[in-house]
Amino acid sequence: MKIALRLLLALAVAFAVSACRKDTQPVEDTTPTPVEDTTEDVTTSAAPDPRDYTDARNFDNPESLLSKRVVYFDFDKSEVKAEYRSIVAAHAAYIASSSSAQVTLEGHADERGTREYNLGLGERRGNSVNGLLSAGGARGGQLDVVSYGEERPICRVSDEDCWWKNRRVEIVYTAR
Amino acid sequence: MTVTDTMKRLLLALLFITGASAAQARLEIEIVQGNAAQLPIAVVPFQWRAAGQPPITGVASVVSDDLYRSGLFAPMDEKDMVDRPVDAESIKFGTWRLLKTDYIVIGQVNDSPSGSGFDIVYQMFDVHTQERLLSQITSVGPGDLRFGAHRVADAIYEKLTGVPGAFATRIAYVSATGEGDSLQYELVVADADGFNPITVVGSPEPLLSPSWSPDGEKLAYVSFEQGNSAIYVQEVATGARELVSSGKGINGAPAFSPDGTKIALTLSRTGNPEIYVRDLRTNDTRQLTQHWAIDTEPTWSPDGRTIYFTSDRGGRPQIYQVPASGGTAERVTREGDYNARASVAPDGRSIAIANGRGNEYRIAVWELDHGRLRILTPGVLDESPSFAPNGSMILYATREGSRGVLSAVSADGNVRQRIILSEGDVREPAWSPVIR
Repeated sequence: MKIALRLLLALAVAFAVSACRKDTQPVEDTTPTPVEDTTEDVTTSAAPDPRDYTDARNFDNPESLLSKRVVYFDFDKSEVKAEYRSIVAAHAAYIASSSSAQVTLEGHADERGTREYNLGLGERRGNSVNGLLSAGGARGGQLDVVSYGEERPICRVSDEDCWWKNRRVEIVYTAR
Repeated sequence: MTVTDTMKRLLLALLFITGASAAQARLEIEIVQGNAAQLPIAVVPFQWRAAGQPPITGVASVVSDDLYRSGLFAPMDEKDMVDRPVDAESIKFGTWRLLKTDYIVIGQVNDSPSGSGFDIVYQMFDVHTQERLLSQITSVGPGDLRFGAHRVADAIYEKLTGVPGAFATRIAYVSATGEGDSLQYELVVADADGFNPITVVGSPEPLLSPSWSPDGEKLAYVSFEQGNSAIYVQEVATGARELVSSGKGINGAPAFSPDGTKIALTLSRTGNPEIYVRDLRTNDTRQLTQHWAIDTEPTWSPDGRTIYFTSDRGGRPQIYQVPASGGTAERVTREGDYNARASVAPDGRSIAIANGRGNEYRIAVWELDHGRLRILTPGVLDESPSFAPNGSMILYATREGSRGVLSAVSADGNVRQRIILSEGDVREPAWSPVIR
């Protein structure tokens, strides 16, 4: 856990440096970094089976359910709909297979209704996903639920086209 | 993508800044719906008899602006005043009757005999009967002339409406400026007329639910600066703050008890949100509700005996009440699909709520005595009602396009004000108690 945190911090600093660089030197993308080259080599040499949910490479494989990490909900509801159950099951399989995996379930609501009630609703949605992940083999200590209510919308227009994107639980891996 | 998001948040959390810096943006207030029967009143510019330079905006014009914004008065424009009497003997009542004003206020500003600050000396007369209705001296500190003017407006308002004024008060609100990663949240405290805004807390993470202590000196609020919700209590003047609650799950909806010794709050440490009461002296925390539903948004009755809260235990959110000392919860609101976030009127006889029907949310008042719902605002995404300490107005959050703005509506629904901050998305208003 400490190592993961340290890694995150290091990455955060690296991110900050690269973000700064972007601001000052807009022409940097002409020279690809060697790091990108090696990752390309790995993915082309051995493509993972998209249904192998114990293979961490599938997090970046658009063919695999592991690449999908957002579950959407109906208005004022917290049941995980049938269409998202397979995504949650895939993550349950991965988390069960990786003892180092740590996941934060970030629950969100759309803007309708009051902010504090929506904090409760976001948590209830996070708990729903938490329950399914646990049923699928994830251990309690690997899972954490945080509700942001309506405070972190993906989309800021007041209509259903936007609201459905905001009623969600994001499955965030803090360690894999 | 989500992992980089987490990193960005971590990074932003590292850059978290707190402290008092003056906000650039100021609130502008305008009447969008007025009362038909406004009292005509002339507040004659007060004579400046103090040693230093007079302020650019005089005391009388601050008083006039306050009275105008209440929606109950039609103050005379300064340039229409043909005469500027300073003492009672020089008021030509006939002239003021011709100008169709009912009341005249005259006054002067003197240096305080104590050597620091000012004495605002003023009188109000009924133009028709020539009766003197008010004759007072308001003493203020050297930097508080505007505040003194608000107190003059409070006295005039009380004399003519029978209700104490609420101009010498403050409002707290949350503003969000910027986009995406540069989004910055600020908890701001300003005078009730939008002047003197002070940023109490700034954070790249969400801030919400400010609640005033009954003495107006502290604010409790929710901050996500540590990644999860946490409750802080902060002194407005010094910025000194204390972490009150940051346990697992939700730490939300703080509300000071009327005597200031306790805080009601929402915690989900048992797995779902319940209402708790914490004694701020002993830190003893007692659970008040126990239900699988979402129980949140506690608020106290003025006598401190009852806590009103939002619960969806009946299927959809409604207001319930429970004795503050513990006991059985009872449903309060019985009309409408969605009723949440109660603010109790200072007389304890009604609650203002966010009332939802379909996709439309309006501010409504539920009369506790009669069990009657009155819708006060046009919607469509109105929330966070907060009663003025005199019960005359209800401050609330609404939307203009995709931007959050504040509005205020009179408790009878007849007067509505739009309160515009020059930039940013504004929400979560809380009206302070009367400041002594």
